[in-house]
Amino acid sequence: MGLSRRNFLKAAAGSGLLAASQLSPVPVLAREPKTRLPEALGILYDATLCIGCKACMTACKEYNNLPADPSSPEGLWDDPLDLSARTYNIVKLYTSGTGKTKDQEADGYSFIRRFCMHCVDPACTSACPVKALSKDPITGIVKYNKDLCIGCRYCQIACPFNVPKFQWDTPFPEIKKCQLCDHRIKRGSYSACCEFCPNGASLFGEVQALRKEAKRRLSLPPGSQATFPIHRLDTGEYRYASVGHYFPKVYGEVDGGGTQVLLMAGVPFQKLGLPDLPPESTASHSETLMHTLYKGMIGPYVLFAGLFYLVYRNTTKKDLP
Amino acid sequence: MKDQEFEHLPSQFGMVSRRDFLKFCTMAAATMGLPMGMGIRMAEAVAAAKRPPVIWLSGQECTGCTETLLRSTHPTVEHLILDLISVDYHEALSVPAGHLAEEAKKQSIKENKGKFILVTEGSIPTKDGGVYCMVAGRPVLEIVRETAPYAAAIIAIGSCAAWGGIPSSAPNPTGAVSTQEALGDKYKVINIPGCPPNPYNFLSTVLYVVTFNKLPELDEKNRPLFAYRRLIHEGCERRPHFDAGRFALEFDDEGHRRGWCLYKLGCKGPVTYNNCPAVLFGDVGARSWPVGTGCPCFGCSEKEVAFTEPIPAMASLKFVEPSPALTGAGAESRPGGRVLRLTPPKTFAPIEAPRGAGPSAATVGVLAGLAGAALGAGAVAASRLGKGKETEASAETKKED
Repeated sequence: MGLSRRNFLKAAAGSGLLAASQLSPVPVLAREPKTRLPEALGILYDATLCIGCKACMTACKEYNNLPADPSSPEGLWDDPLDLSARTYNIVKLYTSGTGKTKDQEADGYSFIRRFCMHCVDPACTSACPVKALSKDPITGIVKYNKDLCIGCRYCQIACPFNVPKFQWDTPFPEIKKCQLCDHRIKRGSYSACCEFCPNGASLFGEVQALRKEAKRRLSLPPGSQATFPIHRLDTGEYRYASVGHYFPKVYGEVDGGGTQVLLMAGVPFQKLGLPDLPPESTASHSETLMHTLYKGMIGPYVLFAGLFYLVYRNTTKKDLP
Repeated sequence: MKDQEFEHLPSQFGMVSRRDFLKFCTMAAATMGLPMGMGIRMAEAVAAAKRPPVIWLSGQECTGCTETLLRSTHPTVEHLILDLISVDYHEALSVPAGHLAEEAKKQSIKENKGKFILVTEGSIPTKDGGVYCMVAGRPVLEIVRETAPYAAAIIAIGSCAAWGGIPSSAPNPTGAVSTQEALGDKYKVINIPGCPPNPYNFLSTVLYVVTFNKLPELDEKNRPLFAYRRLIHEGCERRPHFDAGRFALEFDDEGHRRGWCLYKLGCKGPVTYNNCPAVLFGDVGARSWPVGTGCPCFGCSEKEVAFTEPIPAMASLKFVEPSPALTGAGAESRPGGRVLRLTPPKTFAPIEAPRGAGPSAATVGVLAGLAGAALGAGAVAASRLGKGKETEASAETKKED
């Protein structure tokens, strides 16, 4: 059977339509990007104040009942290499050159704490097919419900920060990640990492207030003495410290649609292993794509119309009853 | 050294027994981290006919450093100390006074030219010709400057002599300076800072100079490394509480009663180099040092910390760095030490966690081939959709035929 001019044009127009619906230069927004919740809770981590004592890691393990993680090559008792199902929170070290000066990109070093960023518009909750991961409507904490989880691990693939971890070594595995010490917040306490940080490098508070605090720190002249709140923002407890040389950005303010964990450092964040994310969240991208494809069931209609056409073209009168 | 040679000790040292004497020398050797045999060598040096003469000059001081020296108790109190080092001139301890004492000093300097140890206690005022501290009608500044050239070694005991101490704190009305500053760069002054310093740091330094005829190893601030090599923070018995984040927040609170870290009460242990946690004070056993008794360290032996920074201000943690083994930083350049400082934690996770090499090129090729074949088969199958029935049907008609 030869391809007639008419058939060719029909096929070309059909596939063109299909392509246009997906690759349209102005994608139809399936939904508005999510905005910050007014009473959202978060953490401000300031690498220039961090001394790398790992008190936050110890406290995290203690208050989340996590076992030791001897994954480093040295085989030390509890010395994790990365986040894992046994480690919700880790202090990592960036070094370059001689590694002598703190918070300096060349010939310097910097600590960086990595844990769940509690995104404003989380990719994990978007990818989760069963709502095992959900965002609290008031505090904004991204929580996990093990009774709903089906173990698909879509959240692991979706997360731009590589945070959710799967328990590979148990018969009934769960997804493990920081939940901002939700169990402690319910009792009127707050995140253990912030309570046990001796230097105010990790600061707990409402995200809106933390953003103001971060902006204040960026506006201070480097090297001058200033007050820095410690533990949590609302108690007024503070210490004096000299202002570090900040990289002029608060990571998580807009990155990936914004996060409730804000990071400050003296070294560019990409050097500290944080991804360079656009201001739109991945979840809004993926949901836009999905909702466009399935909008009014156009995608399936086009697909099945194509298949119908192929069957129709190859069907002769003999096949008809 | 044979036992008989010690037999003349009682006559020399009064009430001191041979056993006590050797114990003291061994203790001094141990403080400096010298081998045990060095205690014997020190004993030999000290038991030699002529005891090392010491001229002790006092400036603007409180006599605390003298008091601390009198409270060293290995083996007995002042007998051994006053006899071990022949203190030829000391304003507080000399038996003669007035012109007699001054005469004794002159005599001693003349006799022991280039052999005696000059100890300075207290800061030296320089403003208005040094008139703010006069001894025997002359400014201390002059006395120190004229004595220094004849000394075998100059030791500045206490923070006032080493840095300027309290008298030099702002506004410093007397223009008080340290011994080193008063003498200039021509002389090398061994600094034994502290308020007061541990008497064993001083005695060990004196014994070292007497035994080996040279100065002990010094850091860049001219402090003997054996005593001032490590941060107080490193040897502190409360350090585990710091690492675990357990802090006393105010005096007599729950944490303070349970012996938690005093960092938040303003402890300057993280910026102060001294051996207080190891040597302790007063020879009365464990916890006999400020932090041990629940009082935050105020950095008495550290320049620009004590008497400068507010006592409740939290110390900077600039010296608490990752280990040089990890960062590759030179250990030589770090203040106060050329040994690896054991500041836990020693290891940190890298920014990028190590990963496997991934699939090899061959695996990728095979898989890509399979995927291509599957895709091609799918396309062919799709283009033939509906055709299969036709062929089947024609086959069936053929059979029927």
